[in-house]
Amino acid sequence: MSGIGQHGDIAPAGLVAHLRDGFRRFFDGDVWYSFTRSPVVIVSAVVTLLFVAAAVFAPLIVPYDPFDLASIDLLDSEIPPVWLDGGDPRFLLGTDDQGRDLLSTIVYGARISLGVGFASVLFAMVLGVGLGLLSGYLGGTVDAVIMRIADVQLTFPAILIALLIDGLSRTVLPRDLHGEIWFYVLVLAIGLSFWVQYARTVRGSAMVERGKEYVQAARVIGVPPLLIMLRHVLPNVMGPVLVIATINLAIAVITEATLSFLGVGVPLTSPSLGTLIRVGQDFLFSGSWWITVFPGAALAVLVLAVNLLGDWLRDALNPKLR
Amino acid sequence: MIAFVVRRLLQSILVMLAVGFIAFSLFNYVGDPINNMVGQDTTLEQRQELRERLGLDDPFVVQYGRFLVNAVQGDFGLSYRHRRPVAELIAERVPATLELSLVAAFLALFIGVPMGVYTGLHRRGVISQLFLTVSLVGISLPTFLIGILLILVFGVMSQDINAALGFTLVPQLPTFGRGETVQLGWWSTGFLTKSGLLALILPSVTLALFQMTLIMRLVRSEMLEVLRTDYIKFARARGLTNRAVNFGHALKNTLVPVITITGLQLGSIIAFALITERVFQWPGMGLLFLQAITEVDIPVMASYLMLMGFFFVLINLIVDLLYYVVDPRLRADKAVAAGHQ
Repeated sequence: MSGIGQHGDIAPAGLVAHLRDGFRRFFDGDVWYSFTRSPVVIVSAVVTLLFVAAAVFAPLIVPYDPFDLASIDLLDSEIPPVWLDGGDPRFLLGTDDQGRDLLSTIVYGARISLGVGFASVLFAMVLGVGLGLLSGYLGGTVDAVIMRIADVQLTFPAILIALLIDGLSRTVLPRDLHGEIWFYVLVLAIGLSFWVQYARTVRGSAMVERGKEYVQAARVIGVPPLLIMLRHVLPNVMGPVLVIATINLAIAVITEATLSFLGVGVPLTSPSLGTLIRVGQDFLFSGSWWITVFPGAALAVLVLAVNLLGDWLRDALNPKLR
Repeated sequence: MIAFVVRRLLQSILVMLAVGFIAFSLFNYVGDPINNMVGQDTTLEQRQELRERLGLDDPFVVQYGRFLVNAVQGDFGLSYRHRRPVAELIAERVPATLELSLVAAFLALFIGVPMGVYTGLHRRGVISQLFLTVSLVGISLPTFLIGILLILVFGVMSQDINAALGFTLVPQLPTFGRGETVQLGWWSTGFLTKSGLLALILPSVTLALFQMTLIMRLVRSEMLEVLRTDYIKFARARGLTNRAVNFGHALKNTLVPVITITGLQLGSIIAFALITERVFQWPGMGLLFLQAITEVDIPVMASYLMLMGFFFVLINLIVDLLYYVVDPRLRADKAVAAGHQ
């Protein structure tokens, strides 16, 4: 244990340095070159960054605060976009059924969708990479147990698992409490349904790395296993993990939107894109198509951009697949 | 072969036991079943008596065993909400979901495979690029959004579009429910009436679109892979017609992974039917399950979980066995390995 303590002091700095080296190699040469050569990828990157920026700075850029009840007037409900008859110059994309400015609501919705997306990808990544490292590096019983659990989980599609976890939390937690911690419940539900992919990938790479000389050398000079895993093995297995994470972000955003659409995700009080689409569906037949079409378009553009980025990253890292 | 089948069967049974365990834990530890059955004015003694009569005081293993025995016989208890046997509720809903899923799977396969073959053979063609772009959009649009857009076009705006054009370009299609159904024994089918068939169109297209793009991309990448191999070059060198090379040699060898993925996707289709059912108010199992979640109807939730688990395990098992039948190399490898041991 004293060994861990000693190394623990320098471990964070060392880890950062390792990761930095990794990133430098990552963006050196081929990857960056193919990025600058593909207009589609540059556009997707710009779109993604715009969405992230809009989500982060939402309170600063939107014309109205959709959560401020004082600024909402029910008389303003279901106003069409400016360019249609009956449009109001105050509301660029029109208003929803409660008289909220649709543009502001969409920006806030994207904020929640992306927030849940990033958090659940991070959670799935930490869990999956951690279990994958343990599984691949230690092997034996630990490996067998973790991989059997992964096998069972892979039998079911992710959306069903997320739905089940979310539904269960609703039954177990009191209604008020669930209203407060829905964010964590969603992140847990989506994260738990995606960890297997990371675990399998990392396990495979870790098993290869384990046999290499630098790991043996570290073991011989008495570096504790946990430190070997984190400082030596982890940086060498991160490449594919980042690819999976990018593609997973798109899937996580879709999953969140789907759960919210089904009425089990984000509550109505702080609508995400999926919630907005669900609410809008009820107004399709009354002619107010914009309430559902604009959030839907925002969601589609976001997911498409992230997907294109992920595709490019995968191809750039694996020239074999092209 | 027999050893392989037995091992796969044992694995499947283990997975089902695990799923059953989760479902059973749901029953037992989420809420108090007694509270869900009796009214406010039931005394503690009566509750205790009911608890003993239902065997809720028995040891864990005994209860789990009883649950499994009942489940195997199709007995999942009473729905808290509907006060009817869950098995009955689900049996009413199964035909709707299965008909929708099968039509969707059929569409996905019979449009996706030709599209994949075409894009694989004509890599740089304009139509191929079009297919690929459309497929990327198809993957990026969530299922429910596709459904809503279809409702918007074919349900809400079709009459306006046709009126503006002066002729019928976009037919008006039903966007709600199953239409008229015909009862065949316990199975209710929408295949035999016009309104039933019309009602199937939009939901099944919605459900099929994602799987179709997936199958198309898979077939395409497999075709590209196979077309690069030596035996294809050799076949061309022998002067075989393009048709014989492309379909007799290349397509045949891409079919193994396609069968696997399509088979496995059938499970996903049944699960994803849940979303489509919500969009189109299709009275299937998924809608029942969603209601059960919002109403905390645990017996229904647990049995849906068990049933889904059963479907998935069954499909995985069949696909694995099919794989073995379709690919002679697998059998040969096994035989060689056995010979060496």
